[in-house]
Amino acid sequence: MKRSGALLLFPLAVLLSGCDFVVLSPAGDVAAQQRDLLVVSTLLMLLIIVPVMALTVFFAWRYRQSSTTATYTPDWDHSTKLELVIWAAPLLVIICLGALTWLGTHLLDPYRRIDRIEAGRPVTQNHRPLKVEVVALDWKWLFIYPDYGIASVNELAAPVNQPIDFRITSSTVMNSFYIPALAGQIYAMPAMETKLHAVINRPGTYTGFSANYSGAGFSGMRFAFHGLTDQAFADWVAQAKSAQATLSRETYLALERPSENEPVRHYASIDPDLYGAILNLCVERGKMCMNEMMSIDARGGLGLAGVRNTLPLQYDKLARRGAVFGNDPSYVASICTAEEAAAASRAARDADDKAWPLRDLSPLRGVGLLAPGAGSRRADAETPSLGLLRFEL
Amino acid sequence: MASTAITAGAEPVFHLEEEHAHAEGGSTMLGFWLYLMSDCLIFAMLFAAFGVLGGNYAAGPAPKDLFDLGLVAVNTTMLLLSSITYGFAMLTMDKGRVGATQAWLAVTMLFGLAFLSIELYEFAHMIDEGATPQRSAFLSSFFTLVGTHGLHVTFGIVWMLTLMVQVARYGLIEANRRRLMCLSMFWHFLDIVWIGVFTFVYLMGMLR
Amino acid sequence: MPDTLTKFIFGRLTLESLPLHEPIVVGTFVVVALGGLALLGAVTYFKLWGYLWREWFTSVDHKKIGIMYMVLGLVMLLRGFSDAIMMRLQQAIAFNGSEGYLNAHHYDQIFTAHGVIMIFFVAMPFVTGLMNFVVPLQIGARDVSFPFLNNFSFWMTVGGAILVMASLFVGEFARTGWLAYPPLSGINYSPDVGVDYYIWALQVAGVGTTLSGINLICTIIKMRAPGMTMMRMPVFTWTSLCTNVLIVASFPVLTAVLTLLALDRYVGTNFFTNDFGGNPMMYVNLIWIWGHPEVYILILPLFGVFSEVTSTFSGKRLFGYTSMVYATVVITILSYLVWLHHFFTMGSGASVNSFFGITTMIISIPTGAKMFNWLFTMYRGRIRFELPMMWTLAFMLTFVVGGMTGVLLAVPPADFVLHNSLFLIAHFHNVIIGGVLFGLFAGIAYWWPKAFGFRLDPFWGKVSFWCWVLGFWLAFMPLYILGLMGVTRRMRVFDDPSLQIWFVIAAFGAVLIACGIAAFLVQIFVSIRKRAELVDVTGDPWDGRTLEWSTSSPPPAYNFAFTPIIRDNDAWWDMKKAGYRRPLSGFRPIHMPSNTGTGVVLAAFSVALGFGLIWYMWWLAALSFVCLIATAIGHTFNYHRDFDIPAAEIAQTEEVRTTLLAAEGARA
Repeated sequence: MKRSGALLLFPLAVLLSGCDFVVLSPAGDVAAQQRDLLVVSTLLMLLIIVPVMALTVFFAWRYRQSSTTATYTPDWDHSTKLELVIWAAPLLVIICLGALTWLGTHLLDPYRRIDRIEAGRPVTQNHRPLKVEVVALDWKWLFIYPDYGIASVNELAAPVNQPIDFRITSSTVMNSFYIPALAGQIYAMPAMETKLHAVINRPGTYTGFSANYSGAGFSGMRFAFHGLTDQAFADWVAQAKSAQATLSRETYLALERPSENEPVRHYASIDPDLYGAILNLCVERGKMCMNEMMSIDARGGLGLAGVRNTLPLQYDKLARRGAVFGNDPSYVASICTAEEAAAASRAARDADDKAWPLRDLSPLRGVGLLAPGAGSRRADAETPSLGLLRFEL
Repeated sequence: MASTAITAGAEPVFHLEEEHAHAEGGSTMLGFWLYLMSDCLIFAMLFAAFGVLGGNYAAGPAPKDLFDLGLVAVNTTMLLLSSITYGFAMLTMDKGRVGATQAWLAVTMLFGLAFLSIELYEFAHMIDEGATPQRSAFLSSFFTLVGTHGLHVTFGIVWMLTLMVQVARYGLIEANRRRLMCLSMFWHFLDIVWIGVFTFVYLMGMLR
Repeated sequence: MPDTLTKFIFGRLTLESLPLHEPIVVGTFVVVALGGLALLGAVTYFKLWGYLWREWFTSVDHKKIGIMYMVLGLVMLLRGFSDAIMMRLQQAIAFNGSEGYLNAHHYDQIFTAHGVIMIFFVAMPFVTGLMNFVVPLQIGARDVSFPFLNNFSFWMTVGGAILVMASLFVGEFARTGWLAYPPLSGINYSPDVGVDYYIWALQVAGVGTTLSGINLICTIIKMRAPGMTMMRMPVFTWTSLCTNVLIVASFPVLTAVLTLLALDRYVGTNFFTNDFGGNPMMYVNLIWIWGHPEVYILILPLFGVFSEVTSTFSGKRLFGYTSMVYATVVITILSYLVWLHHFFTMGSGASVNSFFGITTMIISIPTGAKMFNWLFTMYRGRIRFELPMMWTLAFMLTFVVGGMTGVLLAVPPADFVLHNSLFLIAHFHNVIIGGVLFGLFAGIAYWWPKAFGFRLDPFWGKVSFWCWVLGFWLAFMPLYILGLMGVTRRMRVFDDPSLQIWFVIAAFGAVLIACGIAAFLVQIFVSIRKRAELVDVTGDPWDGRTLEWSTSSPPPAYNFAFTPIIRDNDAWWDMKKAGYRRPLSGFRPIHMPSNTGTGVVLAAFSVALGFGLIWYMWWLAALSFVCLIATAIGHTFNYHRDFDIPAAEIAQTEEVRTTLLAAEGARA
């Protein structure tokens, strides 16, 4: 009996050993901390789950009808002590788990700069982060390296043990940017920017993909993520620099059109204002950028003078169609030049860059536990707000 | 009856001898309240949508460019007056006076129609100026919230008309009184929602 | 101009809209059409139309409506499960460069339809049906508060189901995932009819669900038999009450948010668009404000079923009735405070994420308390392992695992690595199959004899049970494993061949579940054939505890000849212990609602209205809307909606039962 059980388990063990449990053995420090939290939470809950399962089986067997020795008390239905225990036991577990959650969520907030490369190696002024701007397109990924002036499609590379700052947006619909080996995912949403801070600790090639269904070509939205040594990364950059193509507004608009299973492609140079234009939905010239629109709206709109400031849409990304009772597809026309709009985006980014060099390098210890209004200890930590409201443009 | 049966001592009684009459339509008021609360939730969602999107003018017009508070004040008066006259209709109904009830209902309906007409004029005027529901998220949520309220008033008027026919034909019988009560709650509910609209959309919109 | 005329009449419906180029759909259509024709032919041949119309379709009897809901759920289960097995097959073979057998256009519709159908047209009808059948019997009422509304609600649910089924053969269904997030579901990215089918099917069914919720709340609040205080209500009635409160307080949110989406698609408003100031993420928030309570709408009544079953088959009072009730109420309230855990990855601040994570975990406390209550109900009981009890035990062992993975997903950093993965899929199937479906099977096996007067065949029931339980574990444990390997949901093709074996195992699990469904159908068939053997004349086959077991099986139209008086929360147990004797004389006429066909007509117009809106057939939409309003108004002119069952007829019905009981007594 026992032997046959072992025989049954054997193929299972073989199966499991052949698998790459990337979530449980990631190569990036952030993902590793997330894994730790996952494992600790599971163990904590097993403290209560296992006894419940065991008791279920035991009671079912012990008090079966055919058992002649078991006690039968048909009217026993209350015991204050027991009730206290059955409410208190889960409560205790949840108190522990809740504390763990509060700390873990703040320490692993993807919006916050990481403070360690790995356990025991804090971030120093030498770890200047690599900036990557990520755009989810239909149905491929565009990665822009603003500091190197290069870009790539469906291929991402980063040097090991160096912090990476991702800025993430989408061109049309919602996607989710996820490299399991590196760090947890975060949504990529049109006209909005999300952030992710991570580090890769082991060289290697990992898989990244969209983790949120986005339409017909969704299955093919996969890319390779290369964790490279400094030298190999320099080579990779040089290789990208030697590519033929360049990424301007025009080439972007061609790239943006829906396509599936795109091969890897590099761009030797980029339009430095392109990412801001993508984020603000104004790559097409003459279209009002979202940041421009929002600052106008904050000042009270353009009044009735602006009511007819719309132009019919010339370029039809997805055989775009208006609603049957609506007007024809149109956009709000820009009232300032593309250069002015780009300058506004640049100003926003420059303000962001002022956070470097870091002012405070002391390790994080649950900074979120500060009293509300006390302000954050670190200039780069985001003020928490409702998901709906934290759309910065 | 029931309680005495339960407390009766030695010989337990397990059923009622008489037919246990749940009054005809005994749950109607509760049911209608629940319906109103579910409707209230729909309005809550529309208010929430307006709260989130109300400042997104898409570089177009803002409330202060569009709203005519004087007109809206007249409009609000119409609806408030209609609530008062409906109250009179209910008072006369309690006294069993069919003719007076009908007359007050007719007055209420006229106020309701006046309200709708002014609202439609306002909409038409805005659309004529180019401030269509498609122009910005603010206008989308404005037209949807106010329009949904207007649709409710329209249904209220259709319902009122139906009830007036029924009262004329069958008199103020129990069923008709109950229906008039339900419509009364509906009508006052719309009034309260409108006060919310007036405050949050129009007044606070002008202050933005 | 004939072209304009065609366009006027058919809107955007053309011959190309019929999926004649999709062999799988055509094949399905042929099978469905032949099956449907055979069914219609049989009904005509046996001259059943009149019977069905008079006794079922137009019936306002809560028991018949409950049974019709269950039939609807079962039929739709077959459709939803076909979708499931097609997905499993696709994912099991789409490796090593193979595209599988489904293209994206087809596959994306299938996973959307699977989710929509399983939640709205399988789980919801099953749950509503069960509540409809059981609640009035448990509280000693003759019917629900608004019997006509009940019939109307049912047909609206059917109307929604008809629209979803129509999308299979006329046009297409949404390709957006079951919650249709914009901007993908907006007119720009989904210009076809799929999302419109989605919107109008859910709107039509949603009206029915909301009204049915109002109806059952009123019934429970107002129609309880004398002596049944709130704290003497059976636990199933309590959980039903909470579920219906949740329905009334959440379905309007769905109605509102789908209306806004519809306005975006039809009128060109900018609620959820990318430009002109729209905000797609508002949709995600709003739909989950409905979506999370919906989860508890589904599971709470089944918690009630498990409570009834555990207590009955342990021959013991339910342990901790009061804490059970409070736990249910706490879950009801907390279910509104957790919606954001469905999108931690949207980029909310850490404090917001941890708030919603912790509120989610707090729900596990009352749920855990419930689990212990069932456990201690079994403790020192005398457990009979009949089918309902087997399902309950399987639930207890399965559901705790799903609960644990659920709390795990509520830890935001853990969710960042598991969100949208197959781990998540495994989790919610773990709680929905392990909780809702196991509970439904327990409930069906438990109350079947009450509904039809004979038990279900235990052999085939056990076959179905083992196929389901083993099939479930086989189908979803691999998905947990795949989730930990970083595999995401809704994928159509894979490039890592090492994953394939797990998908193959999962597909086998699905086949096993298919056997479970087949065995269940065989069980029903066999039980009907052997109904004489399985008959139960006592009306109390399980030695039950609550009021529904005090009347005959199936209960008469009026449920109880005399309104019962309640002294204890196990009312029938108390009556049996106190030597209750059935009254044999003194019957009085009973006031009952009359049947009406208005519900069917209204729902039919609603379907036509939805169809007209989907295909831009404006004349049809306008016409059916006018007819809908006219019919509704016309119905209010009918003041005679009830009748009296004469005392003589009741005496006769009760006499038959007396004779049967006497014969049974003599035999025993």
